[in-house]
This record gives sequence, structure tokens and C-alpha cells, in this order.
Amino acid sequence: MEELKYVGKSFTRLDERDKVTGAARYVDDLDFGPNLLYAEIVESPYPHALIKSIDTSEAEKVPGVVKVVTGKDFPYRFGLYMHDRYVFAQDRVRFIGEQVAAVLARNPKAAKKAAKLVKVEYEELPYVLDQMEALKDNAPIIHPDLANYWHVPWYFPKPGTNIAHWRKVRKGDVEKAFAEADFVFEDTYRVPRYAHCCIEPHISVALYDYSGRITVWSSSQSPHTQRNLFAQALAPLGISHKDIRVVVPYVGGGFGGKAGVSMEILAVALATVVKGHPVKVRWTRAQEFYNTYMRQALVSKIKVGVKKDGTIVALKNELYWDAGPYAEYGANVVNAAGLSATGPYRIPNVWIDSICVYTNKPAAGPYRGFGYSETHFAIESHMTRVAKMIGMDPVEFRRKNAIRRGDPVAYGAPMNPNGLIEAIDKVAKEVEWGKKEESKDPNKVIGKGFAIFWKAPAMPPNTSSAAFLKFSEDGSINIVVSGMEIGQGYMTVMAQIAAEILSVPIEKIRVELPDTDRNPYEWQTVASHVTWSCGNAVKRAALDAREQIFEVVHQAYHLEKETLYLEDEKVKCKTDPEFQLPLKDFVINGIQTHDGTYRGGPILGRGIFMPEFTTTVDDPETSQGGHPNVHYTVGAGAVVLEIDKETGKMRVLKAVEAVDAGKAINPDLVKGQINGGLLQGLATVLYEDMRFDDKGKVLNPNFTDYKIPTAMDVPKEIVPIIVEVPQPDGPFGARGISEHTMIPAAPMVANAVEDALGIRIKSMPVTAEKVALAILQGKKEVE
Amino acid sequence: MKKKITFKLNGEMRSVEVEPNDILLEVLRGKLGVKTPKYACGRGDCGACTILLNGKSVRSCLIFAIEVDGAEIVTLEGLSKDGLTPLQESFIEHNSFQCGFCAPGMTLTATELLEKNPHPTEEEVKEAIAGNLCRCTGYVSIIEAILDASKKQ
Repeated sequence: MEELKYVGKSFTRLDERDKVTGAARYVDDLDFGPNLLYAEIVESPYPHALIKSIDTSEAEKVPGVVKVVTGKDFPYRFGLYMHDRYVFAQDRVRFIGEQVAAVLARNPKAAKKAAKLVKVEYEELPYVLDQMEALKDNAPIIHPDLANYWHVPWYFPKPGTNIAHWRKVRKGDVEKAFAEADFVFEDTYRVPRYAHCCIEPHISVALYDYSGRITVWSSSQSPHTQRNLFAQALAPLGISHKDIRVVVPYVGGGFGGKAGVSMEILAVALATVVKGHPVKVRWTRAQEFYNTYMRQALVSKIKVGVKKDGTIVALKNELYWDAGPYAEYGANVVNAAGLSATGPYRIPNVWIDSICVYTNKPAAGPYRGFGYSETHFAIESHMTRVAKMIGMDPVEFRRKNAIRRGDPVAYGAPMNPNGLIEAIDKVAKEVEWGKKEESKDPNKVIGKGFAIFWKAPAMPPNTSSAAFLKFSEDGSINIVVSGMEIGQGYMTVMAQIAAEILSVPIEKIRVELPDTDRNPYEWQTVASHVTWSCGNAVKRAALDAREQIFEVVHQAYHLEKETLYLEDEKVKCKTDPEFQLPLKDFVINGIQTHDGTYRGGPILGRGIFMPEFTTTVDDPETSQGGHPNVHYTVGAGAVVLEIDKETGKMRVLKAVEAVDAGKAINPDLVKGQINGGLLQGLATVLYEDMRFDDKGKVLNPNFTDYKIPTAMDVPKEIVPIIVEVPQPDGPFGARGISEHTMIPAAPMVANAVEDALGIRIKSMPVTAEKVALAILQGKKEVE
Repeated sequence: MKKKITFKLNGEMRSVEVEPNDILLEVLRGKLGVKTPKYACGRGDCGACTILLNGKSVRSCLIFAIEVDGAEIVTLEGLSKDGLTPLQESFIEHNSFQCGFCAPGMTLTATELLEKNPHPTEEEVKEAIAGNLCRCTGYVSIIEAILDASKKQ
């Protein structure tokens, strides 16, 4: 293979100069002129209630108020995979903070003042906040109309209950395998809710102009999906896809929270009632917590059977998810996590129930890790315990049972090539696994914890990416795509892929931010799939452009195309070393021939990518027979944790994580993902602790009381490790790694606590308080 | 009751009429076209709205605009006026920022640190920027860039 010049090199980010100079513009930085209206939302104070009446008359009298609207003005349901979500609450509210009405005013102060004057009369209904309670026979039903909701064919809601979706996986005979196993162990683990905490809050601005077009500027991971969902929801108004334009400038963090559509639809709906006025809906930090998506809470009942030699023979995993009242997106988290709730292990007998349950807590949905962070806390805590109980080293146990290329996964398809064993070995070596460490401080102990992970992109089987690539007169390139730069370095990676094919240095390449009028289709920037999927589209666009370049050179100079190649921004010829034609000489204006006429014209590459081997056509009772996932990315992590025995306070002395990138297009950016994802994961286990009152109201929707890590919380040492076992269908062998980096953090900390103190904490977060109390009370297990 | 205030903003004298309860952050962004201080928490927790007020880093979301009459304010726009500072160059070199939303505040805080303490230890850097939250990077690339810039100055 020829040496790569651009792929595999740590170039500086294309967007970094914009960001350090402040040139980068985010939605709230755009100016919309004096006609702009500000929206203030009237929110439900009850977790579950019927709306009896709404009186807007006092609010309408406030100077500066232009319009007050209620749910009656927008009787629309929407959702990504199921239409169970409402633009505004209709006859009932389902969580505290739900949007009931809105005030549009010329300034935010008037809007706020008027919103307080909207009088809503409610009739309270019984409510349910816990998913296990919501499954009981006498639980209040949150969606009486569930039977009438549209959903994708691979969702299985149970009307008459609070079950939004039930994914079943059945392989082999688990009961027989448990009966024949030498050792069987079962326990229950709990993961609470978490918030994404993008530093930029959600924001959406929409304008319904006098021609009937809607333009939306939103902070989004999903411009085309947003357009699609807006068009579906507003179809009764006669609005179609071509009438909607979604523009997304830079986005200040996503982590799944800005995937799909949540609050953005409010601006769009509101704009339709005030033609000619741009309408801005900007979430406060508090709303950011309770009215976008949270991460779903999970109860995992897991049972594992092993042979004496450590071979896993069976796994049963019952997953109960608290989705809140709207599961249009969250149920796909449940689906994806259910399909893969074995963890990265080779297990012949599998029984998984992954159940998405409606509750009256705020709506939950996608969050970095997409269910895998949650399931891995249970799986990876449990696997360490099983190993120890049979007297086997937890790392050796994982090495023995780690899934390998070709092994069938839970739904029967073969596992893709992967470097899981290499990741395990490299992490174990880096962390000096097996070597006991002692603190110099007699009050402190040190433990080590290990975890492995896998994750597949959770996508419908026919999701796609598309790219245009165009040249300018000087041979520079604009790549026009709709993937989103949410911080991961997407732009830079796309430029490196095109640079490699076209021999154009990345300083001469721009990657354009999405505008659905102009940029071609991208499903969404989610699932850690854009390096792989959009990377393939960009690679194909570059190959298409290269083919056009060779064709025009062939026509003008009669050189055989097979002899041509690109190097240093020039077309060169293997059979004629004298021939060197700079790209800039012809990529716009063509090549002049002997008679003075020209050949060619602007070079314009086009590439698309859609996986053509995936299917969700499987047996819903077993999940066998389909191929829902494209591939898995694997890795391993370990932590060296110091614990103060008096206070329970923990400090991460060293964190190591290896991830199999297939091919790291930009190693520095991969390391950046590991550093960032690891800390985000460590935060869920060590710091972040969302609290609700007895009616499901979030008590700490701010950074004072919901502690995300500061620079002071960075582990003393972090060692990122890149493994590269190529993905056969990835661009230059690459696969996604971004979400994955936070997955092993929680179980590796819980495992380190047990290693240090012999105390098993079975619920997240693993706080100093829990540890100190367990020591004080002499407990060996904490529920 | 509106009042006219006058202050130096990024080297230029600016006047603007404000209500007594107008927040400085919103006045800078909404009335003076200065967009790098960001709204993110509105209560001083995150540092995204950091500006330099008379040379000191402060949270512009916690200050009434009326308080800065006669003062001097520098935002990231002012810092970049005559080209990039060595700290900004160092941020680029280290791929320090991901989404970039915290970058303006982080840059001003780090600028203040390096002015007061040209050669900080790693712990001092961490402490100085602990009031500026970043959700993407795990801070590693930011800390490295600040230390690297300090070595070069």
C-alpha cells in the first residue's frame, strides 16, 4: 500500500482558528433585526394533569406582547421513530416543565412578564415516576392513545400499558445452560438519569416569510432530520420539505442532546402564527436540564452462568428503562442497548428483555453512549464479580471470553474484525494490572478497576450520507456536506480524506456547515457514524472528482487514464515523467486543445454512502435473522483510584483507555475524544447526581448543584491508546470512536472501589458519601 | 428609566442607553455587537461570558451594564485585534478546543493568568481555569496549551 500523506496525521483542526479568535458564530450570535420576537414558554407545574382551561387575556395586555398561543393552535404530534410527542401539550400534561402555552413579545422582559399572567386550570391526575412502578397493573396510563401512534416497524409498543417498546433477544437455551453451568450469579444494578450539559444551551430561530417559506437557524446535530420532522409535523399547514430550510452554524456541544428534534419545533410552530417575524426560542440552563432530552435511567437485572474454567455459557439481562413521557427517540436507545446487552463477549445462550417504560419524569433520549454506558455499568461490574467469585483474574476472564471476529453476536450476525484483545492487553500493561499499589498516606487505599466495551452505531438500516466536492480557480476545494461539526473534529477528518485522494493540502480545503437548501443529505450527526459514513461519501466524491480530472486530461492529451495519478496538486503520468499538469490550470476553465477549443469545465465530485447489508427484518420474538448493526467499535479501560477511608473521597491517579479506531484519520483528535469522553464518563460515576422531588421536579437544574467536572477534576494521568484493526468498509479502514470513550468509565471506577475496599456499589453515581457510609456501616454491598 | 453609559470597549469609546436592570452580557451582545461572551448559565457558574473588566476577568452575566460606566472592557474581539496572541497560537497548535463555545471565556481567563503569573505550575493553571467549564475536551488540551505558551514567553 502506498504511504498515506494526509490520513493518519495529526493536523490542526480546520475550525480551530475560528474558535480561538471568536470568529465562530453560533445561532445566538446571529442578528435577526428589530422585527425579532422572543418567546417565553408557559410550563406545567404538575407531573400529570388534564388541562381544563387556559386564559391568556391578561398576558395579551402586557405592552410589547404580540401574540399568546396555546396547544389548541398546534394540534400536532411528531417524533423521530414514533409520533408520541406534542408540539404543545393538548388535553394533558405529562411532566413538570412541559410546554403548555407561549408568549411572543418584542423583548424578553415583556415575554417573561406576560407568561406569568397566563392562567391555566388543571385537574391533577395520578402520576408515576419510577419505571418499575409504571409497569404495575394499577399504574396510571400515560398514553391512553398509544395504539393510534405511528411508529417504525421495529418498535413494539404495548397499548394499554406504559410500555413504549420491548426489544427481545433470544439465542440458544438460557435455562438449560444455567442448569448445566458450574456457577451462576445474579444481581441488580441501577443507573440514574444524567444531563448532557452542552455549554451552549438549545436555541432555535425560525422565520415564516411572506412567500410561505420557513427558514430555521438551530443548534442541531440533525439539520436534514429536523427538516423532515418539521415538514411532517406542519404538513396540515400545506408546508412541504422544499418550503423549509434549516441552517446550522457552529454548535456548542451536542452529545446526543441536540439530535433529532426537541425544543426546536417550538420556534418553527410559533413562527407560523407571526408571518414576517423571526421568532427566537432560547433555552435557559434550567430548561436545558428538564425540557430537551435527559439520559434514561436504567434498572438492569443480570444473570450470568459460567463453567469452572471461566467460559461464559449463558447471560440473561432484563433492562428496564425510564424514558419519561415521550419515547420517540429514547425507545431506540432501548432498542440498540437491548440488541447488544451481552457486552463484548462470546455467549452462546442469551436472553435479553429491553423494555422502554413511560413515566412522568422529563423526556429522555439519546446521550453519548446511547444506552451502552448504562448497560455496561451493570455488565462490566457483574463480569468482574463473576470472575472473582470463581477465582479468576478479571482481565484473564475478559481475555478468555472476549468476542472475536466471526463470533455470532446476540442477534446472530458475525462480529466484525476488531482489536479487543489488543486493547485489553495494552491497557492491562499500561496500568500494571496485578501489581498492588499502596498509598503513602495510611488513611488512603488504592484500587484498580478494569472494563471493556463495545458499541455499534444505532441507525435505521438505510441511513445515508452524501457529499459534493467542488474546486475553485486556484485549485482549492469546498466540501459541501451536512454532517455537523459538534466539536469532534469532523471537518478536519473530512478534509484529510479528500486531501489524500486528490493530493490537495488540507490548508486549501474548506468543509461547509449545513444548510439544507444547498448541502446534500446527511441523516444526522449521531451514532459516532460520520467518520465512517460521511467519510465514505466524501471519499467517493473525491474519487468521482479524480475520475473527471483523468477523463478531461485523457480527452485533451490522449493519455491513457490508467497511467495518470495525482501528486502535489498536479496530474502526473506514469509513462511520461515530463507530463505535469497543475490542477489549478484546468479544474474550472478546462484544458485548451490544439485547435483553441476547450475540454472539461468545473470539476464537481459527488459521493453517497448507504450501507447495503443492514436489515431490521428479524423475528420480533428473538431478534434473530436480521442485521441491524453495521459494525461494533471496541475497546478497554482501566483506572487507578485512590480512596480516603475516612471521607470516601476518591481521586483518579491514572486512567487508561484504548479504543479501536480501525484507522485513526487524525490521531490527535482521537486522543482528544478519549480525554474528553473519559472525563465525561468519570463525571457520571464520581460527580453528577441529578435529584428530583416527589413529583418529578428536577431540584438541581444548574451547574451550582449539578456538578460537571472542572479542570481541578482531571485525573492526575490519562493515557489514551489507539488500536487500529481496519474496518473493511470504512474510509481508509476507519470507524467511529467518539461516544465510546465514555462507556467504560463508570464500571471501572466501581470495580476499583471493590478492589480497594471490598465494597461493591451497585448503583451510580459512586459518590464519596456512598463509599464513606459503607465503610462506616461495615457494608460489603451498596444497592 | 434609561441612563446613558460610556466606557472603553476593546480600545474604543462606546456609549449606550441602558435600563438599570440590564445585564452587561446582554447589552454587549444585543446592543454593541460584541458576540464572543456567551450566554450559557446566567448565574456565574460556567465562565462562558467572561470578559476583562479593568484588567480583571469577571462574569458579564452577573454585572449590571450600568455598573461599567467609565470602565474599560476587553473581550476576545479586542484580544484578537492585532493578530493572534502567543496563547491563541498555542491553542491552535494543541487542538485545544472542540465545540469552541467555552473558548472566548477560557482564553480571557488564561490571558489574565499569564499576565499575572507568567510561569504557572500545572496546578496553578488548573485552579485559574476551574471557573470556566468545558464539556468536550476533558481540559487536557487546554491545560497543555497554556503551559506551553507560558514556556515560550
